[in-house]
Amino acid sequence: MAITDAPKIVTSRFQYDDSHTLARYEATGGYQALRKALGMSPTAVVEEVKAASLLGRGGAGFPAGVKWGFCPPGVWPRYLVVNGDESEPGTYKDRMLMERDPHQIIEGVLIASYAVGCSQAFLYVRGEMALAQERIAAALNEAYDAGYVGRNILGSEFSLDIVLHWGAGAYIVGEETALIESLEGHRGMPRLKPPYFPAAKGLYLQPTIVNNIETLSNIPWIVANGAEAFAALGAETSKGTRLFAVSGHVANPGVFEVEYGVTTFRDLIYAPVYAGGIRGGRKLKAFIPGGASSPWFFEEHLDLPLEKVTVDRAGSMLGSGAIVVMDETTDMVRACHRVVRFFASESCGKCTPCREGTTWLERILKRILDGQGRMSDLDLLLDVADNISPGIAWPPKQTTICPLGPSAVSPIASAIRRFRHEFEAHIARNPNAALEASDGGASTAARPAAVETAVSLGGHHG
Amino acid sequence: MADPRSGVGAEQVAGGVPVTINGKELLAREGELLIEAAQRHGIYIPRFCYHPRMEPVGMCRMCLVEVDTGRGFALQPSCMLTCTPGMVVDTESEVTRKAQDGVLEFLLINHPLDCPVCDKGGECPLQDQTVAYGPGESRFVEEKRHYEKPIPISDLVLLDRERCILCDRCTRFADTVAGDPLIHFIHRGSNTEVNTFPDHPFASYFSGNTVQICPVGALTSVDYRFRARPWDLEETESTCQSCAVGCRMAVQSSRNQVLRYVGLDLDDVNWGWLCDKGRYGFQALNHEDRLGTPLVRSADELVPSRWNEAYKRAVEAIRAALESHGPAGVAVLGGSRLSNESAYAWAKLAKGVIGTDNVDAQLGDGLPAELILGLPLATIDETCTPGGTVILFAPDLKEELPVLFLRLRHAVLRDRVTVIDCHPHANSFTTLAAVSLHGRPGEQAELAKVLTGALGADREVAGVAPDRLARARALVEAAQGPVTVVLGRQTLGESGSAIADAASVLLAGLPGVRFLSALRRANVHGALEMGLAPGVLPGRVGLDEGRSWFASHWPGVPEVRGLDARGVLEEAAAGRIGALILLGADPLADFPDRKLAEQALAGAGCVIAVDQFLTGSSQLADVVFPAAGFAEVDGTTTNLEGRVLPLGQRVTPPGTAQPDWVIAAELARRMGADLGIESVRDVQDEIRRVAPARTDRAVELAEAAGGEAHAELEVGAEAQAELGTGAEVSGDADMPQAVTPTPPPLIEHRPGPIADPPPVDSYSLRLVVTRKLYDAGVIVSHSASLSSLAPGTVLRVNGYDFDRLGVVEGSVVQVKSPRGRIDVEIRIDNGIPRGTAAIVVNQPGVPVTELIDASERITDVRIERGDA
Repeated sequence: MAITDAPKIVTSRFQYDDSHTLARYEATGGYQALRKALGMSPTAVVEEVKAASLLGRGGAGFPAGVKWGFCPPGVWPRYLVVNGDESEPGTYKDRMLMERDPHQIIEGVLIASYAVGCSQAFLYVRGEMALAQERIAAALNEAYDAGYVGRNILGSEFSLDIVLHWGAGAYIVGEETALIESLEGHRGMPRLKPPYFPAAKGLYLQPTIVNNIETLSNIPWIVANGAEAFAALGAETSKGTRLFAVSGHVANPGVFEVEYGVTTFRDLIYAPVYAGGIRGGRKLKAFIPGGASSPWFFEEHLDLPLEKVTVDRAGSMLGSGAIVVMDETTDMVRACHRVVRFFASESCGKCTPCREGTTWLERILKRILDGQGRMSDLDLLLDVADNISPGIAWPPKQTTICPLGPSAVSPIASAIRRFRHEFEAHIARNPNAALEASDGGASTAARPAAVETAVSLGGHHG
Repeated sequence: MADPRSGVGAEQVAGGVPVTINGKELLAREGELLIEAAQRHGIYIPRFCYHPRMEPVGMCRMCLVEVDTGRGFALQPSCMLTCTPGMVVDTESEVTRKAQDGVLEFLLINHPLDCPVCDKGGECPLQDQTVAYGPGESRFVEEKRHYEKPIPISDLVLLDRERCILCDRCTRFADTVAGDPLIHFIHRGSNTEVNTFPDHPFASYFSGNTVQICPVGALTSVDYRFRARPWDLEETESTCQSCAVGCRMAVQSSRNQVLRYVGLDLDDVNWGWLCDKGRYGFQALNHEDRLGTPLVRSADELVPSRWNEAYKRAVEAIRAALESHGPAGVAVLGGSRLSNESAYAWAKLAKGVIGTDNVDAQLGDGLPAELILGLPLATIDETCTPGGTVILFAPDLKEELPVLFLRLRHAVLRDRVTVIDCHPHANSFTTLAAVSLHGRPGEQAELAKVLTGALGADREVAGVAPDRLARARALVEAAQGPVTVVLGRQTLGESGSAIADAASVLLAGLPGVRFLSALRRANVHGALEMGLAPGVLPGRVGLDEGRSWFASHWPGVPEVRGLDARGVLEEAAAGRIGALILLGADPLADFPDRKLAEQALAGAGCVIAVDQFLTGSSQLADVVFPAAGFAEVDGTTTNLEGRVLPLGQRVTPPGTAQPDWVIAAELARRMGADLGIESVRDVQDEIRRVAPARTDRAVELAEAAGGEAHAELEVGAEAQAELGTGAEVSGDADMPQAVTPTPPPLIEHRPGPIADPPPVDSYSLRLVVTRKLYDAGVIVSHSASLSSLAPGTVLRVNGYDFDRLGVVEGSVVQVKSPRGRIDVEIRIDNGIPRGTAAIVVNQPGVPVTELIDASERITDVRIERGDA
């Protein structure tokens, strides 16, 4: 348990009201890292970031410097795509960065583009984030006017154009290949691999680096202060600081920058400097540790450090850094339904198991909530989940192209395993549930009135 | 993706890729997908979205199998996975089965249980695979998804979204194969549906293919809905006869009525695709207007008659013509609709029995027969060789040879084929071509000279700017792979000599160049090969070269070279043709010069028509024989590659209609000659005897296709043996007239002098007369679902020329040529080069052929205000 006073790396300017302006950014050391980077060789910049062991902050946690090195040599042009399509429920850290410190992102983009060798970068911002779009656009205009972006930046040979692109409201576009499809003007659906990973063949089938907003926001500090200073922070396998967005039944929800791998869930949820404990002094029932797709954690996980490897080992993930807290008054079936409903409505519709399976799961949960549940529904839920994510294991296996389908499986597995009695209580409200339980689920009485035909008469396939 | 089926050399790759599937060690081909490698070795992996002629998308997840590539077993979609050495696959493991059962259950939860009333029931991949793989029962008790039941997405296709399993086959086809991305997924998740954009119907020439490849009954065609159940259908393999591409298809019938055509992927021709005109044209076969009884003229009327009477009248007319004018007094026009066997029988009747060479299968709308028969030919596959170069001196392929358009489009987009488009105006290939040379009609030979380097690219040629000429010339010079010229009649406003000259220039100037014919009529290539053209005899043989050889096989051979269609019509108009025989030909509609056609039909002594319908021309005939049509006769057809393909009989002809060859044989018998033909087989045997080289070519094509030669062609060796015997016998030098020692040489195109370009009249616009797929032709107008699709036509001119005309856009103007005058609406179209005006022939209400003088090389028109 440790609440450290590590320096604020990405939120250092959040204290100012005008943190989004160029004047404030420059007054607080802005664009100095860019000057420094331009004085280094691109390879040296890549090495610096590698040495900092900066893990991607989008969810998968892949080392950023290593990713930059994946571009096949000699293939031009290559692109940098910035993933600002932050859509995971409970996640709003990137939005804060875009709204509060857009220049820091632009400087990160500039340094990354210089290091990788791009002359064009694409900044994809989620469609619903109006203020973020406004602030980013204004900041980019300022940066162009000031000569930070454009031709021969700061008198160097390095030129870069940054293209802004607003999303159209699909969660799946946060998946990098779907984001690239969307950027190209297609329907946002994940691409199959091959063609391999975006670093080899991405946007317009050219080498493409896709980085998260928070990842890039770290770059100026790393270049300015050195990899060593960055790597000195955090735990062995999780360096630097990290943003966590805490929401749900806490007294003080918000985005907090904490030292990575050192601070614990308990610190974050209960410390007065952070979320300030459960609202109304109630008891914790469960919390989602890393975005809606992560398996739920409970009381016994509170003392785990916010560290990727440890959390992975404990059977969940830190993902996008969204912690959703549920107190003792929460109806877990309802909570589960809410999360599954999100994934069902956000499935892109490409892979059959995700498209049909997530909706089926949602409808079963809805039926249980409506008092029309059957005891056999619990096994059905788990088996449908198993057909989307075989074995319901962690890390998940999948019958789909991307992990969206399996994401809907985690809350179901967590909720049924831990709170089976709550499901049973809902099912008990169905007057026919007991009868139905004894005859193995074939009673037509348990069906919603809308279904007119008995479908389980053997041989037919509904 | 290089298509695995067309990859001829794939099997030869040393060793192949060793993989283990279900414990068996197999060799996959280099780059082969797992799903294909497994199937080739008898292991079927279930699938819905995978289609061998389209890029895989891995969407349905039905083909998931457990694969170990060294990192342990994991579920992978086998349609997306290329075989790699040492790959271990289990298509039957517990995990695989559970995944497949799961996918099938998912697909069925929203799929309606209306199989008993679904057209697909009985031939439905979803139904079949549910029986083979699915769980026995559904656990889905919620209400299914509901949509409005079927919605029309075009005039020909209906969509039932409830049945759709979102496999992306139709949408992928529309986008990637047809290039008509008019159907798309909309919404997301389980609300995803296929639909059109508002007010943009799926108006594609290829829409019927989506019905065929739909793995469920979501897409149905207007004309087949609720007509039959698959198990009631009988089918016969055949070849489409709506154009000369020769698409392979199955003809399906029930109770002696043709109900459906289904594309087949057998030869390297159509890859299983059909165009909608080909697919839905069968409705004309069943039309009530089909002729089933002979007709003879009595006073001013055609009245039903008996066959005996009709034959008598016809023979009398032919005898009278012979007496008054000699053999040249009899002429035969048409025959491109006939099978090879019927064409041969008619050639033998006309040239061997009657002795006239006034025979032409083309109606002045094609190219000289000796050109088409004498050029070095390329197949479609050779034309589409990856990295090759294609020069299009052809009509708009999408309008006239739609499936050839699909093949070439694929070649451009997937196989790096470079296309130089030399059509007179913008067309469906303009956006696919590396460069377009929209030259002035009549001056194609000048463009050809630029391409060969005989003419500099430093100044404007045929109205094409120098930079374009230079680019095209550079592309030809840089060509690495084969160079193929697709050759066809681009506009009826000019004579065929313009393209013939261009071909001569290219043949002489580009070493190794080969040609693919783009003549459009169904079996025009077979008819020409069988001798239905002036100056040629069956088997690609010239009249003079083949005279002695055929004299030993036929009762006689014409003494002098005859006339082509234009010459015949001119002679008829002058009263020198006593008997004009129309073999499914309608000169009034199809000959480019309508006035001449009218005069010819009026001037001919007697007009004898062999036809399936009463057309404008056959209505004027004195004797009309009802002919059996497609699917009513057995035989073969020859496509534009020269490939001999089977025609299958599936139903009986209407009334007492007879195959064309039977009519020829009976006419010959009544004239005192015996054609020696009593069956289609007889004709085929005789063709093999008299035209051995043609058989060689057909066998060569069949072998190139990697398939076994068709049964009919396997006898090639026998024919060779017979020839050998013949050669020995004829080695006797004492009887030079009786038997020729060897078969005559094949025609080779000998370029004549190239004509200078016709002078340009700066007060006129040069007329480009093209075709549309749907027109007022006999098949389209007698097919219920196609007849309303003919788009009509307007006169289209460049905005620059338009401004000088002083007319209002959309108004009706007078178009005048030296030959005639028509009234038509005018529109600006900047895809038409300056100095030309474009119009479409054979559209309802606009008699374009009034303007054309067949004796002129080009047609220049002037445009005046309609009220003048």
